[in-house]
Amino acid sequence: MTPELGQLALILALLLALAQGILPLIGAWRGNRALMAVARPAAAGQAVFVTFAFGILVWAFLHFDFSVQYVADNSNLELPWYYRIAAVWGAHEGSLLLWILILNVWTVALAAFSQKLPEVFASRVLAVMGLIAVGFLAFIIFTSNPFGRLLPMPGDGADLNPVLQDPGMTFHPPVLYTGYVGFSVAFAFAIAGLLGGELEQAWVRWARPWTNVAWAFLTLGIVAGSWWAYAELGWGGWWFWDPVENASFMPWLVGLGLIHAQAITEKRGSLRAWTILLSIFAFSLSLLGTFLVRSGVLTSVHAFASDPRRGVFILAFLTIVVGGSLLLYALRAPRVAGGKAFQLLSRETVLLIGNLMFAVAAAMVLLGTLFPLVGDALNLGRISVGPPYFGFLFPLLMLPVVLLLPFGPFLRWGKGESPMLKQVLLRAGIAAVACAIVAAFFVDGKLKAIAGVASLVWLSVGVLLYAIKRWREVPRGRRYPAEMAGMLLAHLGVGVFIAGVLLSESLSVTSDVRMAPGQTQHIGSYDFRFDGAHRTTGPNWKADQGVVTVTRDGKPVAVMHPQKRTYLRGQVQTESAVDAGIFRDLYVALGEPMDAGNIEGAWSLRLYTKPFVRWIWGGGLLMMLGGFTCAADKRFRLKRAATVREDLVLQETRA
Amino acid sequence: MVMLVFAGAVHAQAIEPMPFANHAQELRFQHLTQQLRCPMCQNETLADSNAPIARDLRNQIFKLMQQGRSDDEIKQYLVARYSDYILYNPPLKTGTVLLWFGPLLILLGGGGVVLVALRKRKRQGVEATTVGESADNGEDW
Amino acid sequence: MNRLLPFIGFMLLVALFGFGIWWNTQHDPNAIPTPLLNKPAPAFNLPKLYEPAQTVSKTDLLGQPYLLNVFASWCIECGVEHPVLEAAAPTLGVKLVGYNYKDAPADAKGWLAAHGNPYALLIADESGQTALDFGVYGAPESFLIDAKGVIRYKHIGPITPDVLAAKLKPAIAAMLKEAP
Repeated sequence: MTPELGQLALILALLLALAQGILPLIGAWRGNRALMAVARPAAAGQAVFVTFAFGILVWAFLHFDFSVQYVADNSNLELPWYYRIAAVWGAHEGSLLLWILILNVWTVALAAFSQKLPEVFASRVLAVMGLIAVGFLAFIIFTSNPFGRLLPMPGDGADLNPVLQDPGMTFHPPVLYTGYVGFSVAFAFAIAGLLGGELEQAWVRWARPWTNVAWAFLTLGIVAGSWWAYAELGWGGWWFWDPVENASFMPWLVGLGLIHAQAITEKRGSLRAWTILLSIFAFSLSLLGTFLVRSGVLTSVHAFASDPRRGVFILAFLTIVVGGSLLLYALRAPRVAGGKAFQLLSRETVLLIGNLMFAVAAAMVLLGTLFPLVGDALNLGRISVGPPYFGFLFPLLMLPVVLLLPFGPFLRWGKGESPMLKQVLLRAGIAAVACAIVAAFFVDGKLKAIAGVASLVWLSVGVLLYAIKRWREVPRGRRYPAEMAGMLLAHLGVGVFIAGVLLSESLSVTSDVRMAPGQTQHIGSYDFRFDGAHRTTGPNWKADQGVVTVTRDGKPVAVMHPQKRTYLRGQVQTESAVDAGIFRDLYVALGEPMDAGNIEGAWSLRLYTKPFVRWIWGGGLLMMLGGFTCAADKRFRLKRAATVREDLVLQETRA
Repeated sequence: MVMLVFAGAVHAQAIEPMPFANHAQELRFQHLTQQLRCPMCQNETLADSNAPIARDLRNQIFKLMQQGRSDDEIKQYLVARYSDYILYNPPLKTGTVLLWFGPLLILLGGGGVVLVALRKRKRQGVEATTVGESADNGEDW
Repeated sequence: MNRLLPFIGFMLLVALFGFGIWWNTQHDPNAIPTPLLNKPAPAFNLPKLYEPAQTVSKTDLLGQPYLLNVFASWCIECGVEHPVLEAAAPTLGVKLVGYNYKDAPADAKGWLAAHGNPYALLIADESGQTALDFGVYGAPESFLIDAKGVIRYKHIGPITPDVLAAKLKPAIAAMLKEAP
């Protein structure tokens, strides 16, 4: 199949996206149903063409069509088929195509599930999605064509970056993009709400499940990325505060705020303007992430090869989309603070404080990430902002959130009851302090670890107390609606996550050692015996593989096989061996042979024991599960009631 | 293609056993090199980087430690040669005031807005709380 | 007005990004300006490449300005820079001193034999220890040092004809004018 067909499909998709983006908007404005009806078929057609283009690129990779430049750059004859598929999104052009494909999946889902929405509103939402697609399709067609030819066709291709040849990498980008792009739905709802004006307030309820799902995907994507960095980059770290990581973390933080703000707006009608603003920000930060990763403005280990032309294009797109929406916000955002009143001691207040902290944290991450650029602009010299900065400020900002979190569910909308709160404070507080004291003996009085245990107990007892209260007070069947269960799961996840971070950071033991075969090193409470290294081969690599036998008190625990791989094109890649466990990970990475000619001799190795490191991702997965559970709540399924106002809206817009 | 080869080479790990005087010194070394940036690389710490200059600087830091220099002295040594760029923890100077106190300013500004909103709501609340809970969401939790 | 604040804030960001794109087309993102600029060059005492028994120190070179060019046989970009240096050396106006960085002497000599030798003087820093004092973190790098031993200009990366004409030559001219 000729790759030019793929390009043609993208051009046709662009035309359909234009139709989807413009005609329904005009229709909604003029009250023309025929124009509004264009939205769904155009979206479906666009999705067909984009899927077709994506399929052609996959086909080109599977069939080694090295006449396509992108295929030749990112794969070769030896690359196994599963990595050839992953290679589709292994570099800039293809990953952009994946992004567009995912945008289309969201749009089609939205088109399918919005049948019961008022027609005017639904067509505006779909039109906004169409306009976003126009930008990205134009971007790929004009600056980043994945179907460009390479003539004459080479006999073999280069290679997929070996860092990406890992199961985690096949999985991480699609999930992450699903999250990123998912925020476009909340964004489209907010813009449609702004266009519709004061009439459309119900949109927040319709947007909630979409936001939750997007956020949950983003959480999963970040967890997968973090796990991948831990296992694959071979540094044993799980978060580096690299600009590219921050680019995914900022929309996550804002999305987190948005989820909670939407809850207030939906249930109480308050904070409408703030919810709109956050919807715009969450998606804007996703776009900003794309800009940062692909423009080369910031230096990062993970960035794609940069090209100023692409940077200019995304910046222009960003300016139109975000600038336009913020202008629209300035003109049309609700001016009157609507909604039900609330007192100082109320759930609204706590959620508001949480929102404030998430927003400030996101702003802090943005400031830290961009400050090197500010330094260049103001001629302050080259400045590096890294883990010490973020690692100091972020926990400070999250401290109030953690402290307040157990009280949130106990507080009632509008007004709170203080006796209940005192009880929670007392019970969770005593439990946390008691466990912290016990833990202190086990962790040699390390403060970080004690704080980790205390936070876990504080948060989980809070969750448990609320679960018990519901169990006692509410009849069966209505005790835990999905929305609440999701919240409890996610909040529990926060506790597990914090415990994982603090315990693994304070209790991990690392050592770089030189080991001859037969030698044993004692790390943590484990004995690592090096049993020598030998050569081994894989489908497209050769490796030196070490054998490390781990025992504890003489009992065998694991046999580990860290590798140092050399791929076809000479790239060297460390493959660490990880023995995973609920309470600890053992981690071995192979360095260099002490005598380069003799791989059977002594090697340098890095040995780790990492207690509770898995809880970091476990906590993240619980948060993700919370997001999905929440979105499944029956309350969010559309009832016909929504359509009642449709004709009214139609009349109003005509007038 | 050259980029890829380069990137691939970088991700080989920096593993170098060094004859530390004791475990505390090893911990100190790990901690210190994780706060310093490799001047040559895309964005990696001296601890992680496998670039030749990162190796040289790690060795130098090790030597300076054996000479009994403190962490601050070692940082000064590096800054004198490679500028503040090498510090992942940017020192507080006139130029970085915005970086270090910006978040506080945003917090104070945002906190102010929230406070004003809360007080406004409370005043409204006195009149409005009697309106009662409407049944729109059913969920009282 | 309050409602316009997000828009205004965003426009500031856009300006910053626009600046960033422009800046990156003008500057090498891997170049870190040296803090040693306009400060005395660090003291050194290194063997000559071709006569390792003789050493050259900073004081030996005081009295006349020179361009210290850090190069190595393993450095790919040095090969790019080398023809430019060869062509420019006679008209440079200052002495060209070669600083062979982390190289086996035999490799360096072979490389110079193949590429030509524009240097008036060649010193070798095989361990790279002295280079740390200069803040060298790769090759090629070039330091312009005046008669008093003060670093007047540093270029990181290969000296291309553009760099030569737009930066290095003006820097040399300014230095020579100041102290004839």
